[in-house]
Amino acid sequence: MDIFIQQLINGLVVGSIYALIALGYTMVYGILQLINFAHGEIVMMGAMITISAVSILSGSGVNLPGPLLVVAGLLVSIPITMLLGFTIERVAYRPLRKAPRLAPLITAIGISIVLQQVAVLIWKNNPRSFPDLLPHASHDFMGAVITDLQILIVVLALVVMGGLLIMVEKTKLGRAMRAVSMNQSVASLMGVNINYVISMTFVIGSALGAVAGVMVGANYGLAYPTMGFMIGLKAFTAAVLGGIGNLAGAVAGGLLLGIIESVGAGYLGPITGGVLGSHYQDIFAFMVLILVLVFRPSGLLGERVAERA
Amino acid sequence: MTLARYSLIATAVLALAACGKQEEAPAPDAAGAPAAAAPAGDEVIKIGHAAPLTGNIAHLGKDNENGVRLAIEELNAEGVEIGGKKVKFEMISEDDQADPKTATTVAQRFVDAKVAGVIGHLNSGTTIPASKLYSDAGIPQISPSATNPQYTLQGFKTAYRVIANDVAQGGALGEFAATNLKAKKVAIIDDRTAYGQGLADEFEKAAKAKGVEVVGREFTTNQATDFMAILTTIKGKKPDVIFYGGMDAQAGPLTQQLKKLGIAAKVMGGDGFQTGEYIKLAGDNAEGQFASQPGMPKDKMPGFADFDKKYKAKFNTDIQIYAPFTYDATRLMVEAMKRAGSADPAKYLPELAKTDYQGVTGPIKFDEKGDIVGGQVTVYQVKAGKWEAVATVGSPAAAPAAAAAPAEQPKQ
Repeated sequence: MDIFIQQLINGLVVGSIYALIALGYTMVYGILQLINFAHGEIVMMGAMITISAVSILSGSGVNLPGPLLVVAGLLVSIPITMLLGFTIERVAYRPLRKAPRLAPLITAIGISIVLQQVAVLIWKNNPRSFPDLLPHASHDFMGAVITDLQILIVVLALVVMGGLLIMVEKTKLGRAMRAVSMNQSVASLMGVNINYVISMTFVIGSALGAVAGVMVGANYGLAYPTMGFMIGLKAFTAAVLGGIGNLAGAVAGGLLLGIIESVGAGYLGPITGGVLGSHYQDIFAFMVLILVLVFRPSGLLGERVAERA
Repeated sequence: MTLARYSLIATAVLALAACGKQEEAPAPDAAGAPAAAAPAGDEVIKIGHAAPLTGNIAHLGKDNENGVRLAIEELNAEGVEIGGKKVKFEMISEDDQADPKTATTVAQRFVDAKVAGVIGHLNSGTTIPASKLYSDAGIPQISPSATNPQYTLQGFKTAYRVIANDVAQGGALGEFAATNLKAKKVAIIDDRTAYGQGLADEFEKAAKAKGVEVVGREFTTNQATDFMAILTTIKGKKPDVIFYGGMDAQAGPLTQQLKKLGIAAKVMGGDGFQTGEYIKLAGDNAEGQFASQPGMPKDKMPGFADFDKKYKAKFNTDIQIYAPFTYDATRLMVEAMKRAGSADPAKYLPELAKTDYQGVTGPIKFDEKGDIVGGQVTVYQVKAGKWEAVATVGSPAAAPAAAAAPAEQPKQ
């Protein structure tokens, strides 16, 4: 039983990471109906820049406690990823806003390859170890183990989701976002500066991406230039699973996907008598994506939207 | 367009993107390939080198390349005569991305470029498929690091290696776990590559033969970073030792996550993570873990101290693992050319088989399959943040018997 609880906890932690990243996908989709495939690379950039910043800080004799050092690293990486997100939207998506939907999808993939290669040029291809700065004392929970860092990741995913929901529902910017998402031209007729709203969406999404990247790096103890691809793909799956465009859905989808994967990897071998081993855990994510698209195209919490295009 | 249809297209485009990523990587390397170019005038002999120069084990590939580069630059400086003519050597280095498909493309490129010989590849999974193309073209190939037994069991006259294979390595590790560590129960994880799986299978055989119980066999991939699920399954089986067949990019985080779950078992593995990189990635958790390395301990290698000095002076970095092996492979290939008086593969191949070379890594002779005779295996342990040799298993006399033992072909 403690093994099962441990698998659930593992799944919850991985799922929270997916959720944090999925929020970035879903925000942009909600407003532009565009899948920002470069988001996985923003996550990677966040992690890599934070590692560099932290090593420069501690190398130059700054003596801060670990968590503060990570916060300092984030203070460097968040503005850079925000700027990246802003630039990506300005360069790769805005000129194509009126183009067929496939065009910005292709520039998104292009941007993601460019970012990945730039990261290879800057940091080389070796995995970088993530400095051991965040508290990771273990706690016993019904026979299973959970660390401080893992609790932080789960809490962070929920807090960020709550914060975003409040922003979208209660603030002026949020109202503008909802308006743009419903109908761009009518929103602009009502005096909403749609370019500003869309830029802000990318900037906020990228900041979240940087935080998610640091959580991924800290959790696995390493980061590398090609890490964004797989984790981005999983987070995208989570967003679709929960109903893309829906903030609570992204978190629900992320958690569910994490748990399915973890339990799948843990019990796939014994159940199939060793025919399928635990290395098939990734196909779980994509099987889920296919099944959801077949049976519930709008996702678990997604609303059925009328045909617009 | 409905969301469903849109997402399907997205997935399809994404799949294309994934392919794109595979193919776009070699471009920068192609530009920098003829690095050790020879001056015009003398006859130029091209030697191919293949290893992953991008991806998560690029540091190992670069290390291999440096070994070949050092050998070739020294040979060119010494001035080599083959068949009475002065010759210069040129290295053509290609990136196989540790990917079997890319490896065959690279091999074809070497065949088309008419290289005189190939040093490589690094991984067993790339060396084996590439060896068929070299064999068909009659080009001698010496792998510095492919340890899967299969490589030399295919009956190719052109396939050689200068490292003990996994029958020797897995056997030595199994014996070490049973006798030195007194392990009663082991769990085995591998990354499903030709190397990881092959080594894990050999370890399993050796451990079982020594009466050790194998309580779990789990799998991951050579791209994974999350091992919590499989480690949790293993935790329930309470092994004394967890064996990992794979590379350092996975072994590092795996060791960290092991500690996170409060598993006290020792980690043990092969040459794939007996690297400095492993200690960096696993951090403090690397302390006390074991990994083996075919060959003698570095401080017992006859020419290591000297080689290490030259390497550091030239490349300003530490040796990862196989640079001394690629260095030896290059030099002994050229020795064979000298003896044959020709760099024509058909002419010097018979001489290569007769190799009796005193290398940096020790004496090198080949058996009839192309395996090194008398390959030894050293087990290392991380002590105070450094790998330290704790035992050397296998002796020049015992090894040929071990190499002849595998009746059962490893599964592919």
